[in-house]
Amino acid sequence: MVALSSTFRRLRRRTAAGAGNPMPEHRAQPAQGDEASPVDIAPNDPLLAYLQSASGAVDVEALELDSPALAELKAAGVKLAVPLVSQGELIGVLNLGPRRSEQEYSSDDRKLLDNLAAQAAPALRVGQLVRQQQAEARTRQRFEQELEVARLIQQNFLPKQLPELSGWQVAACYQPAREVGGDFYDVIALAGGQVGFVIGDVTDKGVPAALVMAATRSVLRASAQRLVDPGEVLERVNEHLCPDMPAKMFVTCLYGVLDPATGHFRFANAGHDLPYVKTALGSVELRARGMPLGLMTGMKYEERETMLAPGDSLLLHSDGIVEAHDPQGQMFGFPRLKEAVARYPGGGELIDLVLADLHVHTGPDAEQEDDITMVVLQREPAHGDSPNGKVIGKLLAEFEVPSVQGNERMALERVAATVAPLGLAPARLRRLETAVAEATMNAMEHGNSYRADRPVTVRVYAEPGRIRVEVADLGGARSAPDQVEVPDLEAKLAGLQRPRGWGLFLIKNMVDEARESGDGERHTVELVMHLEPKLKEGDDDDDT
Amino acid sequence: MTTREALAHVRRRDGVAVIELVGDLNAAAESALDEAWTAATSVRPDAVVLSFENSGYINSTGIALVVGLLASARLHRIPIRAYGLTDHYREIFEITRLADFMAIDTDEDSAVQGAGGDRDG
Repeated sequence: MVALSSTFRRLRRRTAAGAGNPMPEHRAQPAQGDEASPVDIAPNDPLLAYLQSASGAVDVEALELDSPALAELKAAGVKLAVPLVSQGELIGVLNLGPRRSEQEYSSDDRKLLDNLAAQAAPALRVGQLVRQQQAEARTRQRFEQELEVARLIQQNFLPKQLPELSGWQVAACYQPAREVGGDFYDVIALAGGQVGFVIGDVTDKGVPAALVMAATRSVLRASAQRLVDPGEVLERVNEHLCPDMPAKMFVTCLYGVLDPATGHFRFANAGHDLPYVKTALGSVELRARGMPLGLMTGMKYEERETMLAPGDSLLLHSDGIVEAHDPQGQMFGFPRLKEAVARYPGGGELIDLVLADLHVHTGPDAEQEDDITMVVLQREPAHGDSPNGKVIGKLLAEFEVPSVQGNERMALERVAATVAPLGLAPARLRRLETAVAEATMNAMEHGNSYRADRPVTVRVYAEPGRIRVEVADLGGARSAPDQVEVPDLEAKLAGLQRPRGWGLFLIKNMVDEARESGDGERHTVELVMHLEPKLKEGDDDDDT
Repeated sequence: MTTREALAHVRRRDGVAVIELVGDLNAAAESALDEAWTAATSVRPDAVVLSFENSGYINSTGIALVVGLLASARLHRIPIRAYGLTDHYREIFEITRLADFMAIDTDEDSAVQGAGGDRDG
């Protein structure tokens, strides 16, 4: 009814300047002033209901209703009110003053007006809808422009590149939601080779959040250079932000200082989600108490510290991950993220795997609810037992890949990174990568039916003179790689075979040995690649 | 690891349609490749050249997509060539015998000039 009321406010009465006075014959067009001011009909005025149900033109003078609008119409000299109804909805009223001949409106006049109203109403409705759509388009455009400004601000204040720290892998991910939340992260080079890591989240979205984020980042950077203790840094930032913080806004933020040489990590937390550390014993939360920034002055921030051992991995994250909902409304949750940190490898791979899990959780068509930010610090494992950079006869890596289309690249890259120190020639490494990717694709598709909850397990072994990779799924027995027929390209081109069917063929041709085994539950493909090419009879390896 | 979304741009050069493949060539690339092929052949070209210069990871499904293009090209008697393959993927094109049906060139100039030879021949 609000829309209807506003529509009526725009209606203008076509009445004679003086009710009851004949209009001069020469006035073909209404003179200025003949257009009277709009009639405002309140949503609860009974006249609305009457006009809505009227079968045709309504004699205003004869109508008796307790209606302020009707009284106004009568006072203005309106004789006939013709409802304009489109698709059962009253969208306007055609108000007429007395006839110029001073005669009453005849039944023919009324029929003519009813016909006119029947034809005019749809046209008027179309006009109203066009205006409404134009207004909505302008609103959308303004909204998109504001979002673009917010995106620009956010992106300009994120690190352009991450530091390269000897013995460490640093990876980060920032995925803004469409409405651009207030997530941010930062990496600050400090005195003595130490490095400050920041992750934060401003309440609210769009430009206001982006501006507060920019201010917080600037103050924090300046404070981090002057002060040593993370708690003092957050205290200083809070004091700076409080006076100018807009109402109902605040910033959660975790700030930590890493000594890359020792793995010592000191941190303080202003109400941000707790980070997780993957250790040899599982994943643990790093707890430190403190109020969010910008709420009130005089806050103190508890400072804690931990030691990141070789192989440990630290995940800083924003609430866009744990608060992401599945189609049934269930959140991803802290326990699942903690479990992911314990189960998955660290570095960029942890980010990819968490994002893949999140994608499975929210569903493929879900719009991202909030910004997603992750920063991972992984201390590389010690290689003291690796003479000449080659680890002999041992399991180098074991990891799982969720069975989601495209995830074979995770397996490929993880295996490539694992065997990198072993000195495999680049061309042979590419072949092993392709074989691992194809074996993983087969395992995800044929063994696990692309069910994310049925992961593919990959194990990488260094054995004397060779690398062995196992790719295991939960499917039954399938054809062995060494029994694969050569696909017939000519038959495929002639449409006699489907274009697909290259996977096992590639596996067999890419590695030195390919075998399969099964225990009734698990199906495993073994891929073997010798560190030095073994020439087959009549073969000519191009690595030499 | 970040999967690169597949894109396929079509441009024409000397009567030859060049389909430039950008990103990963996998199952997700199918629609981009189909659209590019339709655009490239909407006006019959003298030949089609596939540029792999800016493509990334290619898996067996990507190989199958190339087989599909090759089948379509042969059906319509449109010569097809390729360039910009890394040594690794060139090897895969050879062992799958794709290279028997599709000339592999080192650069775009050679591919377009070679296509001229296909046309004249």
